Amino acid sequence: MNRYPLWKYLLIVVVIALGLVYTLPNFYGESPAVQVLPLRANLKADVALLKRVEDALQAAQLNTEALSLDTTSVKARFADTDSQLKAKDVLHSQLGEDYVVALNLLPRSPQWLANFASPMYLGLDLRGGVHFLLQVDMKGALDKALESASSDIRSSLREQNIAYSGVNRDASLVTVKFRDAATRSKGEAELKQRFSGLEFVERDEGSDYLLNVRLKPVEETRIQETAVQQNLITLRNRVNELGVAEPVIQQQGLDRIVVQLPGVQDTARAKDILGRTATLEVRLVDDEHQIGGGSVAPFGTEIFKDRDGGFILVKKSVLLTGDRINDAQPGFDSRNNEPAVHIGLDAVGARKFKEATRENVGKRMAIILFEKGRGEVVTAPVIREEIGGGRVQISGKMSTEEAKDTSLLLRAGALAAPMEIVEERTVGPSLGADNIKRGFDSTKIGFIAISIFMIVYYLMFGGVSVLALGVNLLLLVALLSLLQATLTLPGMAAIALTLGMAIDSNVLINERIREELRNGVPPQAAIHAGYETAFSTILDSNITTLIAGIALFMFGSGPIKGFAVVLCLGILTSMFSSVLVSRAIVNIIYGRKARLNKVAIG
Amino acid sequence: MEFFKIKKDIPFMSYGRYTTSISLITFIFAVFFLATKGLNFGVDFTGGTVIEVHYIEPANIDKVREQLGSIGLHDAQVQNFGSSKDVLIQVPLKQNKAGAKLSEQVLETLKAQDASVQLRRVEFVGPQVGKDLVENGAMALLLVSLGIVGYLWIRFEWKFGVSAIIANLHDVIIILGFFAFFQWEFSLSVLAAVLAVLGYSVNESVVVFDRIRENFRKMRKTEVAEIIDNAITRTMSRTIITHGCTQMMVTAMLFLGGETLHYFALALTIGILFSIYSSVLVASPILMWLGVSREDFIKPEKTEAEEVLP
Repeated sequence: MNRYPLWKYLLIVVVIALGLVYTLPNFYGESPAVQVLPLRANLKADVALLKRVEDALQAAQLNTEALSLDTTSVKARFADTDSQLKAKDVLHSQLGEDYVVALNLLPRSPQWLANFASPMYLGLDLRGGVHFLLQVDMKGALDKALESASSDIRSSLREQNIAYSGVNRDASLVTVKFRDAATRSKGEAELKQRFSGLEFVERDEGSDYLLNVRLKPVEETRIQETAVQQNLITLRNRVNELGVAEPVIQQQGLDRIVVQLPGVQDTARAKDILGRTATLEVRLVDDEHQIGGGSVAPFGTEIFKDRDGGFILVKKSVLLTGDRINDAQPGFDSRNNEPAVHIGLDAVGARKFKEATRENVGKRMAIILFEKGRGEVVTAPVIREEIGGGRVQISGKMSTEEAKDTSLLLRAGALAAPMEIVEERTVGPSLGADNIKRGFDSTKIGFIAISIFMIVYYLMFGGVSVLALGVNLLLLVALLSLLQATLTLPGMAAIALTLGMAIDSNVLINERIREELRNGVPPQAAIHAGYETAFSTILDSNITTLIAGIALFMFGSGPIKGFAVVLCLGILTSMFSSVLVSRAIVNIIYGRKARLNKVAIG
Repeated sequence: MEFFKIKKDIPFMSYGRYTTSISLITFIFAVFFLATKGLNFGVDFTGGTVIEVHYIEPANIDKVREQLGSIGLHDAQVQNFGSSKDVLIQVPLKQNKAGAKLSEQVLETLKAQDASVQLRRVEFVGPQVGKDLVENGAMALLLVSLGIVGYLWIRFEWKFGVSAIIANLHDVIIILGFFAFFQWEFSLSVLAAVLAVLGYSVNESVVVFDRIRENFRKMRKTEVAEIIDNAITRTMSRTIITHGCTQMMVTAMLFLGGETLHYFALALTIGILFSIYSSVLVASPILMWLGVSREDFIKPEKTEAEEVLP
């Protein structure tokens, strides 16, 4: 009765073998490395880049442990941090501003293994680094939208010669005053046609005919969503500049953004760069002068880089600043269906732009994005005709991808809603290393203590339980490595705790077997009954813990989530190991003996 | 080796009145301390800044305090953390302070005095984040409780669910009571431990309940109290050994896990000790008083028995 069919043994062997393979990378440790990532969309991490990196390193006589290319970057691994730092400097000066050269730690596992298995992904509290939670100021974004709506209303009424006696704005409402009902309905019709994102309500107050204007709820949501998206993009661009190998930048909830920068120690600089505001300027391109190699810009002009790495000579006088831009969206040219960027200007901006374009038809204008005092030309289209009405379209020689990028950049410079750091967690590298050691030590000592006790108390069956517990640990680590779930210090605590709890299943089984034996049941039947009857209890008790784990995962943040993930996974692996694996071992030891008189269970 | 060779069932249920009274008194004490002293919430919940720095030489706490005073941080709490070389600085949240910038100011000031000072950790939590964490924690507690009652209801009967959750929430309150009494810091990881205890100590009740259900099926003629006594006595050995093993792990964390895991492990320790007590000596008497009976499990046989009666 205590025999497993062959397939069960095979299943267990396969699972343990897989567990071993996926756990293996954790033993190799990590080496200092340098990672090179292209910054621009038109640059790719390819064989050519690999060659450049290789040559640069060879020229500097730096020996790499390994040099590899993946879809996004080139990675070079070194034996020590000294050559890593040297390599960073060399590569940075060789490759220039177009590439991020980031310091990183890469697993030292051999190539065949690294192809499919990686070590566990350590959280910031274990590897050191910075975690920021940024809150996007939604009220600010809406305020700004309403403010520009009110000035647009004014100018379009004026344009159409519709008389109004005042436009007032308070918290979330713009009120337009008219003298009579007829003008009001005319004005309303005009505005409705122009502004699809606004809703209008007529109201009479004394002798005033009022029109209340607010943002449609749909429009509000759109503004908020764009605000967060925009900030995400901006942050991504800025983090690139920090040279962080594996940054995490993601939205959390409706209006928050998480930024995690592993390995970053200089938090002051990180905060500085993240909190920077970008500005946008529209200027005329100077096409009269040529820029030769190393020539100085003529008087009244400046040289800027463009997105493709070329140089453009631009006049110093500013036609328009970014705060006049309301919106920038990718789209298509209505005439020839080419990808285009649509820009919306506010009333003042529209007037200025109209003047500027009238005077400069046929010339090129440059839209320049300034960040930390350094400008970059986002795009430099030719002005074909006078542009009025505040609707600008940039098109020609653009892919849809580029149109999207450009509109994002324009928005990033123009109207990113303000952000504020609402949470910061910085862990120094020494504390990270200490935390790993502490977590590891407590698990090790606890495991040894449990093993000794189980073997002394349950003899052979205790030994089997310890083996099963070992398999549990192996599978848990393998699963964490496979899923690349973030392992934090609370996560390590959860590993220790699940091991301590997993032994419960084996204690239950062993106690049952003892009890059956005491009642005079023969050993084989006792073993069988022990496993069978204990199973439903094990299932019940594990499911209740799983419920707690899932709730923690759903509502927990940061460290609690890390704890919950490991707890849940640990419960799953413990079900497998303490029931199936321990039974298999017991079956191998005792199952084949037809006349079994005595089992070593203490 | 065997610790528990108990021949006769221990009449736990006849002590039920006493065991639950003890429990009730502890519970009232816990509530009392929670109400009067309150929990010493960590920076995760209250918001504020925590900075941990490391000196090469044993640190002079008074001097650090003085330096912080010089940049206007008079209400900063400064204490040793783990060792005499590590210093923990806690600054409560203030509306007018540039929250996230504070840590740099502090570090700059300390560096001016002693360049060897090393930043170990910074935690800054804004007011809104703290509030959210409290709300999420409460939601998680509620969800775990409902989930467990629901599961036990489906798997056993509503009486089991209710008595298990009463017993276990009582564990939670007692852990919180300890944290209030000793004014230990209540952080996010302690909250995780508390919720884990909730899931874990229900195990204990489940094991006993499982036995009770089994006994109802096997021991047809026995009284309810005796059935429960038998179930508890026979699972007692397993209860002690299991918790002993879990406690070994937790003890290792308590002493080797460093400051971060210390309170986590402490909450677990209290939780484990009280869950042994509550799941056996609180959940079972409540179950009995709620009127658990054989009919809750074996309904068909009940009708059969009635037909046979003359």
